[in-house]
Amino acid sequence: MSAIFFLIGCSVFIALIFLVAFFWANKTGQHDDTYTPSVRILFEDEVQEETETLPKES
Amino acid sequence: MIVSNTTQCYHCGDAVSHTVFEADGHRFCCLGCQSVYRILSSSNMQQYYRYNRHPGKKKSEVSTRYEYLDEATLTDKLIDFRNDEITIATFYIPSIHCSSCVWLLEHLYKLNPAIVVSRSDFLKKQVNITFKHTELTLRGLVELLVDIGYEPKITLQDVIKEGQKFSQKGLIAKIAVAGFCFGNSMMLSFPEYFGMGTFEAHYAKIFGWMNLGFSLPVLLYSGRDYFRSAWQSLRHKALNLDVPLALGIAVLFARTAWEVLSVSGPGFADTLCGLVFFLLVGRWIQQRTYHHLSFERDYRSYFPVAVTRLSEDGPKPVPLADIQVGDRLLIRNNEIVPADAILLNGQAAVDFSFVTGESEPVQKVLGEIIYAGGRQTGEAIELEVVKAVSQSYLTRLWNNEAFKPHELNFRTFSNTVSRYFTVVLLGVAFAAMVFWVFAGDTARAWGAFTAVLIIACPCALALSSPFTLSAALSIFDKNRFYIKNTAAIEQLAAIDCIVFDKTGTISSPAASRMRFEGNLLTDELALVVAACKNSNHPLSRELVKWAAPNVSGSVPVNQYCEVAGRGIEAVVANRSVRVGNAAFTGVPSGGGTGSRVYVSIDDEVKGCFLAEQPWRENLHVVLGELAAGCHLHLISGDNDKEKALLRGIFPPQADLLFHQLPVEKMEYIQSLQAQSHRVCMLGDGLNDAGALKQANLGIAVSDDINNFSPGCDAILDGRSFVKLPRFLRFAKDAVKIIHLSFGISLTYNLVGLSFAVNGTMSPLFAAVLMPLSTVTIIGFTTVATHLYATKNQLIKRQ
Repeated sequence: MSAIFFLIGCSVFIALIFLVAFFWANKTGQHDDTYTPSVRILFEDEVQEETETLPKES
Repeated sequence: MIVSNTTQCYHCGDAVSHTVFEADGHRFCCLGCQSVYRILSSSNMQQYYRYNRHPGKKKSEVSTRYEYLDEATLTDKLIDFRNDEITIATFYIPSIHCSSCVWLLEHLYKLNPAIVVSRSDFLKKQVNITFKHTELTLRGLVELLVDIGYEPKITLQDVIKEGQKFSQKGLIAKIAVAGFCFGNSMMLSFPEYFGMGTFEAHYAKIFGWMNLGFSLPVLLYSGRDYFRSAWQSLRHKALNLDVPLALGIAVLFARTAWEVLSVSGPGFADTLCGLVFFLLVGRWIQQRTYHHLSFERDYRSYFPVAVTRLSEDGPKPVPLADIQVGDRLLIRNNEIVPADAILLNGQAAVDFSFVTGESEPVQKVLGEIIYAGGRQTGEAIELEVVKAVSQSYLTRLWNNEAFKPHELNFRTFSNTVSRYFTVVLLGVAFAAMVFWVFAGDTARAWGAFTAVLIIACPCALALSSPFTLSAALSIFDKNRFYIKNTAAIEQLAAIDCIVFDKTGTISSPAASRMRFEGNLLTDELALVVAACKNSNHPLSRELVKWAAPNVSGSVPVNQYCEVAGRGIEAVVANRSVRVGNAAFTGVPSGGGTGSRVYVSIDDEVKGCFLAEQPWRENLHVVLGELAAGCHLHLISGDNDKEKALLRGIFPPQADLLFHQLPVEKMEYIQSLQAQSHRVCMLGDGLNDAGALKQANLGIAVSDDINNFSPGCDAILDGRSFVKLPRFLRFAKDAVKIIHLSFGISLTYNLVGLSFAVNGTMSPLFAAVLMPLSTVTIIGFTTVATHLYATKNQLIKRQ
């Protein structure tokens, strides 16, 4: 029966971890810019870009 | 060589005709675009052109000088951080508009190795750059940005950086805490709602205690703003909506604590947490901001940061605040006169269009006073300051009463309702209590009293305004009408009188029409076009744009000379061509409307080009529709040469006032308000700033929303001017939706009350009714707002 107290304790503890994680994310400005990263992730890598611009030899 | 007219500039996408600007097989519309391409291609950065077609923006014709960035006193205020090696600075760059911009600004290190890292923020249109200041100065960095077409906007308001940073972080943290407690207390309340067996009864006590624990941070941290606001409202002897809300929260907590401590029931902890959570979400929705727009601009963002002062050791840039009476200033072409000053040297032709609305540059003679705010066109002039910047004719306006931040005397719907609501609520609660006391059931009397305050807590009512208005706000936003806050939408719905400014508001400065008066053969026109192509003057560009389709082929220009502020002198195909103002071409000065460009070929005057400011598209239709519900008036700082024309467009009872000073405009609005009109002012310039602020709703009309627009309640993109009547109708509909959702939430309250007055309300009933009414309101307002937006053709039908 006391297992239920243990489980409730665990669930509240885990929820607290998430709450603290949210506070940390909020404080370090991770929600300040929610748009630009979606643009940034689509940029090609430099290496690829250079192989593409090489003239084709055939 | 004849190039087809349909070619687009590789950089900016403008139409290219007869271009000489080419590189790597790409065509460009002007030298500016070509040079940006050259810079990028030399650093192997053509990728910029791969993410989007024509990602560039044409460089502005007005070039700014950045010598002042070498002055340490000024730059200290601009940068965020500096140590021995690196400097970090953030710039606002209005021209950020696509993914190519983000790519380029984040790969600045390829252009200059001294740039360590740069990070851009697309929505705020900002870029944060870390660079080694030993290798690259701040001025060098800014000039690099200008060279690649991303000119940062540096204004006095940035330098002063006051009240700019508005943070929602506190509110978000409160929502997080309330949400956390809401979820947990709901989990702990479920066993109670589903019914517990007698052998589980000892859990109920523990769960009750935990619930009470979760409701504490909600009461003390998340919900404390409601108590503060309710207290302030009571002190001002007013009853805003936060009073019944705070009362509801307090009673919920008190009854929960009582039930848990006396082990008489499960309490209402989940309802309390849910209530505060939903209320805070509503508040958060209401507080959305436009990152890239500023509604609080004053003259400081229009004026330059620094100005060139002439002293014994030559010209030197100094911050504007250091300018004193008696200083000698050097004002170059296209620079703004920052303080009232006397002309000492040079030919002054000052463009006061932004200050007075007068569209033609004013010629000044030596010894005359030039008022601050004018833009010098032509050669550099020398001035002696007679009044400090803050005491000048124009800036003095901001010391006027109307510019002091004043409390809005406008009552939003929810404020009006809440007064009666609170009184009725308390009346019902006390009546129920008194009834049960006389019936001899004291326990039930308390139960009924608290139940009434809990169930009638106007949560749904408090949410109906924010959800409706923020949905409306985003619809306005999509239609390029940017409103400062939700209260302004209710103001817009109440407007019954609209006052227009003329220049830039009902006339469009961007697309002026040209026509020619006189005699000019087609091949002579070709000569004029060939000469004008070399000039960057707005009128020359306009002329070329207008005349180019009528001219085929290009004519070589042998000699070219531009006299700033006067005209162009060129030898084209061995004929001498002079294009410019009356004096320059040898014409006795003539009056008439619009800007005139005279042409003489081989010293024979051929006639003149007339640039007229056209009215905005469908102006008469817009005014016709608006006149149906509002009084319309016009108030302009310009002269009255177009009065007869405007008389025909405006309704017969409209006032048409001309030659109005900024202060007179403001007083005119005041006089309309004294006749108990609710006035909306549409303007664009600094001269309208007073009227915009004085009006119940000030709308700044702007053709480029990133340009300077004076302090106002809303910014309207010139392209959406046609939609103005629809905006008004939609604002009225939004208020109608608020009334309807108020009706819905009141119905819920009445249903709940009928249980509450009997003192038979169970915690489960409250826990279901409260979220149910909230969800209904959110759903209804969202759907209704979209239906009305479709009806007003502000969103397309799916």
